[in-house]
Amino acid sequence: MKEAVHIGEKPSAEPDLQELVGRVALGDEEAFARVYDTVVGSVLGVVRAVLRDHAQSEEVVQEVLVEVWRTAPRYRSDRGTAINWILTLAHRRAVDRIRSADAAAARDHKAALLDRLPEYDEVAEHVEARLEREQVRRCLRTLTEIQSQAVTLAYYRGLTYRQVAEALALPLGTVKTRLRDGLIRLRDCLGVTA
Amino acid sequence: MTTVDLHRMTGAYAVHALSDEETAAFERHLPGCESCAEETAELSATAARLGLAATTAPPAALRAQVLRRITTVRQVPPGPPAQALSARPGPRTRALSRWALAACLAAATALGGTTVWQYQRAEDARGRAGQAARTTDEIAAVLSAPDARTRAAGLAGGATGTVVVSRGLDRAVFAVSGMARPPGGKVYQLWFDEQGTMRSAGLMDPGRSDQAVLMRGAVDGASGMGVTVEPAGGSTHPTSAPVALMSLPG
Repeated sequence: MKEAVHIGEKPSAEPDLQELVGRVALGDEEAFARVYDTVVGSVLGVVRAVLRDHAQSEEVVQEVLVEVWRTAPRYRSDRGTAINWILTLAHRRAVDRIRSADAAAARDHKAALLDRLPEYDEVAEHVEARLEREQVRRCLRTLTEIQSQAVTLAYYRGLTYRQVAEALALPLGTVKTRLRDGLIRLRDCLGVTA
Repeated sequence: MTTVDLHRMTGAYAVHALSDEETAAFERHLPGCESCAEETAELSATAARLGLAATTAPPAALRAQVLRRITTVRQVPPGPPAQALSARPGPRTRALSRWALAACLAAATALGGTTVWQYQRAEDARGRAGQAARTTDEIAAVLSAPDARTRAAGLAGGATGTVVVSRGLDRAVFAVSGMARPPGGKVYQLWFDEQGTMRSAGLMDPGRSDQAVLMRGAVDGASGMGVTVEPAGGSTHPTSAPVALMSLPG
């Protein structure tokens, strides 16, 4: 699998990260500290977008980074970049946490969900990685409104597609299709390959 | 679920918007569908870009905490990839390995002590079985952790349940033998009990009476675990009285 192609400059030190994770796999704690420094901001960004709660987010960020340390020996660079692996793990953990939390009941409330749209501006207020943010923002604008809402609710809010369907009052099949079409359009706009 | 449905799930899968059951169905489908695997890898990389765009400044104290924690956490041995995503796993040998591990667990419980030789047997079983699935390896990692603690209990209908916890790995494994099949359309769901709040720890395979399951998520502050009967796909909180409740060891 090739590295993702990035248009313009990219804030994270990707080539270094691959090599660093390789050293972490051998138990190198110093390399882990550098991995931490490279990815913690993005891991926290993902987790906090989904969880909102700062204390819970920090707990989950700790879990994710410990998991990176623990499972680094299994990481395979031919199956995706290190940052992709780490951020996928971060999103999965955040989603698991939100779905297990008591807050689930409140989140199921349709009105409460729609209240929180549009999501993306809220997320962007924290963003340091400006170029990345601008690119993603520009590309999200190329999506239809429904595609953009579906992708945003699922990724940044951690909703299942069933919850997205309820929130947007759309059939399940439509939401599945819109999520896929929206991500494909984003992929093409961002020039992502895998 | 039809194959066409599964093809269309790449997007929902990439942003973790499927239920546990759908995720499992999709992951079973992936190895035999090269175009799905490729699209899934691409859409997952796209989702990671959404994540990068949310980058934020971390609190300074977090660094020292994480760096301290990793000194107490043992790394997994190299092996199958750390995630199924975009992977093309080898032959499906999960059933055999799981069975072997469940047998080891029962033996470990009977002896009430070390799990080292049982782990060796698990390793042998794995060797015979070829490349084992990731979950199986994680189960083996919990069983062989130096701080693994075991607790067993008799369950309804003569079944036996055993829970193994490694606080160091922050993971738990639940194994049963002789468990009755759940009623049609229902599944057994596992829960972590945190001061009376039940947090889902994934589903058991409804078709097997003997199985060892890696409980989903970290053990964290949980002091107990439970099993309930839930509608297929699972629930966000328990909707029936537990069929088993156990406190976690040490």
